[in-house]
Amino acid sequence: MNNPNFDLLMFARGPLFDFALLVFVAGVLIRVVEILVLGRKKDFSKAKGKPVQQGIKTIFTRTLPRPGAIKANPITIVGGYVFHIGFFIAFLLFVPHIALIEELTGLSWPGVGRVIIESSTVLAVIAGLALLYTRWRDPVRRKLTTWVDYLVLVLSLLPLITGYVAVNKLFGDPTFMMALHILSVDILMIVFPFTKLMHAFTFAMARYYNGSIQGRKGAES
Amino acid sequence: MNATCERGVNALREQIDAPVASFFSSCVSCGLCADACIFFQETQDPQYTPIRKVELLRRVWENEYTLFGRLKSMAGLGNKITDEDFTDAERLVYDSCTMCGRCSMVCPVGNDITLMIRKMREGMSAAGHAPVELIGAAKRHTKGNSPMGDLSKAIQAQVKHASAETGIEIEFDKPGVDYLVILSAQEIAEYPEVIGAMAKIFKKAGVTWTISLEAFEATNVGIQIGNRDVAKYLVTRVVEAAERLGVKKVISPECGHAYQAMRWEGPNLIGREYDFEVVHIIELLDQLRAEGKLKTSGKDSDKITFHDPCQINRRGGINKEPRRLLNMVAENFVETDDAGTMNWCCSAGGGVGANERAADLKNAAFQLKKRQFEKVAPDKIVTMCAFCHHTLENALEDNDMDIEVAGLTEMMAEYLVDED
Repeated sequence: MNNPNFDLLMFARGPLFDFALLVFVAGVLIRVVEILVLGRKKDFSKAKGKPVQQGIKTIFTRTLPRPGAIKANPITIVGGYVFHIGFFIAFLLFVPHIALIEELTGLSWPGVGRVIIESSTVLAVIAGLALLYTRWRDPVRRKLTTWVDYLVLVLSLLPLITGYVAVNKLFGDPTFMMALHILSVDILMIVFPFTKLMHAFTFAMARYYNGSIQGRKGAES
Repeated sequence: MNATCERGVNALREQIDAPVASFFSSCVSCGLCADACIFFQETQDPQYTPIRKVELLRRVWENEYTLFGRLKSMAGLGNKITDEDFTDAERLVYDSCTMCGRCSMVCPVGNDITLMIRKMREGMSAAGHAPVELIGAAKRHTKGNSPMGDLSKAIQAQVKHASAETGIEIEFDKPGVDYLVILSAQEIAEYPEVIGAMAKIFKKAGVTWTISLEAFEATNVGIQIGNRDVAKYLVTRVVEAAERLGVKKVISPECGHAYQAMRWEGPNLIGREYDFEVVHIIELLDQLRAEGKLKTSGKDSDKITFHDPCQINRRGGINKEPRRLLNMVAENFVETDDAGTMNWCCSAGGGVGANERAADLKNAAFQLKKRQFEKVAPDKIVTMCAFCHHTLENALEDNDMDIEVAGLTEMMAEYLVDED
């Protein structure tokens, strides 16, 4: 029996997946450690507020935009929410994904039904395309965006698109589409530590520092 | 790379710490900081997007503090910084930023971009790219006693005048008092009424205080220019005077960056805690109010609005205090849109006001404030920073708007109860 699609699938979920996971875990660890080892100088000013508490609080509160922000940047903010929420529902609440995570870590949780998974996926893809559009069209974002930013956004959408196609057997050979899906995840994991995808981990540090700096002064954050 | 450029890059290197690394690692180039910036708002020019202003610092971080960047640099693919890069950054780092801090409040990943501008300026000044006016002010202040030149005669004359007017004796360098008052050059030169106002309030409240002829100037151009050595030298003057006199507290005046310099950066500049506390004049007045030592009678019937100085509210945490005080003396106090923590800058803080090259940008930026004032249509604008006061007064005049501007301390003194 010689099925190249099956071989590709086995490669994508076998050795390549292991390699990608290694790059992802080691890379993220290195990136986080190389930030933390820089440390910061002791602050000798007498604190007015509570820096640690406010730092922790800001990790959560900064999730919400300031009043008026949505009106000024609807695509970025609404698109950002829908993309992130949709992505994580599809990633973390799809039963086969949970089974894989359980296999890797022993941790497991209940999943949700196909309707929720599929509508989340579709919404996340639409939101991602809208984010691509605003990056390309809006002068501020266009000037900020590098080719890596476009690449990363496209690479983040590929697992959603290929997953949807593979699960629904929309077109192509299902085994091949599944192989593509897992390949796209492998690639995403490999580029992760070298790109702005790192924000998924470092945002908590950045928000903490911002909150603690403001908190020391008794100022809002 | 020439010697001054190398100095600039070295200074940027020294500024990189875990917060900076976490900020740059987290930025997803969403561009949401642009709308928070008064200079972007009023010009719609994408170059003024706040995060772009700290690009040089980001490059130093990427080249030298990330594994991937170091590998790239070793392979000769690093993005070398040139003197031209510093030149290009001047208008972004000094002219189009008042370090107002709004961008740091809206960044969804929590980047404190304003802090990074402060850090960028250390590199810019080390590389010889600070605005000439700020360099001049730094020279005048380090050689003399104020960024405006020698103000020792002026302060003595103003104190004498305040004493004569209030009938309250004000002694220089008086040992054994609780508080040391320091002032901003702007107050001494333009708004000296604040001295008499404090004298009256403190007398009623039983606060003992003095002014030191060795260190009466509170402003610190080192903070604005981005030069730790200058900033440290100027803070040290006040610290030495305060510790020599043995005061319990130093009163930071109605001046935005002076509060940052004295209260928050100062101990870190000198590398130790002070032997005294620093309190902002408005914090102190609010405390006296709470203790029942600041009593007023009567109220101003004018329509009054309040302008929050960025460094005192958003970057300083003093938000409710001025409002509690103002409500004691204002019958018709109306807030502008975005008042409080998200207030818009007067347009001339962070050294922009002194920077001639930035005059057009400053005028453009003021238009936002202008629209907010027009919406409220106040008779009077009260603030708690002499430089905001100065900026607003001039900008209102330039824009043919007939609105009075007043300092809060002065206003509180005006309504102080008469009976003893």
